[in-house]
Amino acid sequence: MAEMEYIDAIRLAMKEEMEKDENVFVLGEDVGVKGGVFTTTKGLQDQFGEERVIDTPLAESAIAGVAIGAAMVGMKPIAEMQYSDFMLPATNQIISEAAKIRYRSNNDWSCPVVVRAPIGGGIFGGLYHSQCPESIFFGTPGLKIVAPFTAYDAKGLLKAAINDPDPVLFFENKKCYRMIKGDVPLDDYTVPIGKANVLREGTDITVIGYSMPLHFCLQAAEELEKEEGISAHILDLRSLQPLDRDAIIEAVRKTGKVLIVHEDNKTGGVGAEVSAIISEECLFDLDAPIKRLCGPDVPAMPISPPMEKFFMLSKDKVKQAMHELADY
Amino acid sequence: MSNQKFADMVMPQLAESLVSATIAKWLKQPGDKVEQYEPICEVITDKVNAEIPSTVDGIMGEWVAEEGQTVAVGEVICRIAAAGAAGAPAEERPQAEPRTTSAPVQAEASGDQSMRGRYSPAVQSLAAEHGVNLSAVQGTGMGGRITRKDVLAYIENGGAAAETGRAAEAPAKKEVHSPFAGLPHANPAVRPEQYIPVPPASSRQSGLHMTESPRIPAVEIEDQNGRAETMIDVTPIRNAIATNMRQSVSEIPHAWTMIEVDVTNLVLLRNKLKDEFKRREGYNLTYLAFLLKAVVNAIKEYPIMNSVWAVNKIIVKRDINISLAVGTEDSVMTPVIQRADQKNIAGLAREIEELATKTRQGKLKLEDMQGGTFTVNNTGSFGSILSYPIINYPQAAILTFESIVKRPVVINDMIAVRSMANICLSLDHRILDGVICGRFLQRVKENVEGYTLDTKVY
Repeated sequence: MAEMEYIDAIRLAMKEEMEKDENVFVLGEDVGVKGGVFTTTKGLQDQFGEERVIDTPLAESAIAGVAIGAAMVGMKPIAEMQYSDFMLPATNQIISEAAKIRYRSNNDWSCPVVVRAPIGGGIFGGLYHSQCPESIFFGTPGLKIVAPFTAYDAKGLLKAAINDPDPVLFFENKKCYRMIKGDVPLDDYTVPIGKANVLREGTDITVIGYSMPLHFCLQAAEELEKEEGISAHILDLRSLQPLDRDAIIEAVRKTGKVLIVHEDNKTGGVGAEVSAIISEECLFDLDAPIKRLCGPDVPAMPISPPMEKFFMLSKDKVKQAMHELADY
Repeated sequence: MSNQKFADMVMPQLAESLVSATIAKWLKQPGDKVEQYEPICEVITDKVNAEIPSTVDGIMGEWVAEEGQTVAVGEVICRIAAAGAAGAPAEERPQAEPRTTSAPVQAEASGDQSMRGRYSPAVQSLAAEHGVNLSAVQGTGMGGRITRKDVLAYIENGGAAAETGRAAEAPAKKEVHSPFAGLPHANPAVRPEQYIPVPPASSRQSGLHMTESPRIPAVEIEDQNGRAETMIDVTPIRNAIATNMRQSVSEIPHAWTMIEVDVTNLVLLRNKLKDEFKRREGYNLTYLAFLLKAVVNAIKEYPIMNSVWAVNKIIVKRDINISLAVGTEDSVMTPVIQRADQKNIAGLAREIEELATKTRQGKLKLEDMQGGTFTVNNTGSFGSILSYPIINYPQAAILTFESIVKRPVVINDMIAVRSMANICLSLDHRILDGVICGRFLQRVKENVEGYTLDTKVY
């Protein structure tokens, strides 16, 4: 067990899996010599050589296509998209090929690929370096999507993703890389895909979210408990697809008041689906209208710092929303 | 969550003699907006239904008294959150208090109650599951809303147990709630069907139409022989009637006399006017209106008829306020036509109509019932040809107007078919004697028989 940063946990997962299984390899832009723009793959090429840590051209469709093809013949590729914003040229490969090959081939073929992509804003990255593309892939049958928030989950989920027989999108939050630290076991463990995690037990309100905004939720919950006696129950979805319906329902039943938080914009986001599940399953448990706190429905992250601050969620925004819900 | 002012609503003194009243029905639910003077509940008093108005603008808080409960005058029946004092500052909250424990207490201080009556699915489910009466639960949520946690706290504090206990009692109590509820009162007093061209085959019809059997709460019990007997609960109205009747009969030495009146001309007069009158005024021109006019004019000549025995003196009342006995399916009321001597026949007809409607709808107010000085009972409406009425205490006399019947009558030694009716009078023999009453009745007779086709009702 060691305390490490979120980004170290991701690197450690890849390292462990590559040591364990020679079919596992990494490809992407600047992942080799440079060790990744965020240093996520730093040291891997030194350890495993350039045939297993491959620097690719600036062509996301090629990265995805190569990885998908390799996966179909038995390799376990980890394809890195430098920013999830750049991922869109690869969506055709991911949605039309990776997601459907098992179904199309009547179970003869499979595609155990992992596509890693950093999501989220707050780094003054503007339009091309801040997007949250979950909703683009969310709702595509055949894909699994995970979005860990803790260092522990980052490692455990990445290892689970690498060993999963089907394509998994691994959305790591770039703001979490250095901000989130936690105890991570040095041994081999996985976090099951499709299982949500209760971060905090509470009785007044239920907050459901994933990825970086949970950081604000935990801070706000801490303060609200201390200042107002409001007790918040916080559920980390961890897996966006499949969603852990049972955990969502259970968390809702704890309090009957639900706030769903994510950075991706509100309309058509993961929160809409979570909200729909709650409406389907929990009508008689609801004590308040389901509330969502999400990024605004605007085309892109602004580059201006004050505007970015306006766009991004924050502890104060989350706290206010939680407070309002508790008061309801 | 601040110091919201609640105004206590107390049972008002509805009349001098009143010491208590029974809540018949709440008109405002907790959380409802209430305006000053707006009725908040109906109460049953000894002889009348009354509505209690709010004394403040605000939001109905909790009910302290339940429906069916008898409350002494001056006791709190409910609380109303006074407007103006509302608008709790939401942003400034005191120090952290664990919400779990303090929830029910906080509510009392909350101002805005606009959400008090809106229940979330979770609250409704919990309430149904545990048999919680939500009106008894304090709301700590926004706008006084009852939250899921409020219900849980209520259940935890044993509220539900008390609730189920009360619920078990409830059905028995409910029977007494409102003896008037849902009764479409037929009103004999305004049904001038005394004069009916009787169809040859049928026997006499009474003017009384029972629209339904009286909804008197009854409990059947079996005796040892297996023959069922019926136990009827005494309603507050029944009780009041019983008390008044007993008092009248035991205190007042009743005497009785009767005359017969030829109303043939009255029948012709009324037949001539009634359709046009109904069309123009919208209500019926009844025989009773003509009779009342005749009685009131006779009282003017014999004011002693309009008096009260006061042990060492007799009080002769100045105003002539006619109490009108109005029967309903299960009771009799005596609403009052104030200053009947100031009204013409049309005006009396209108008063009769209005009082009868109010009685039928159970909407008589206390002021409708007060100040009577002489009572008239239209007993003909239920087919009586002779009755021995009990005086409406503490008045001096009561007069009944019996059925109009066609009879052979000797006039100038010839037999004629005339419309005849009896008028009976019970009198307080402490105040009145045979001679004065005989003269009074003769005057009534002359007045009634004096109607001609030329008589004006306006």
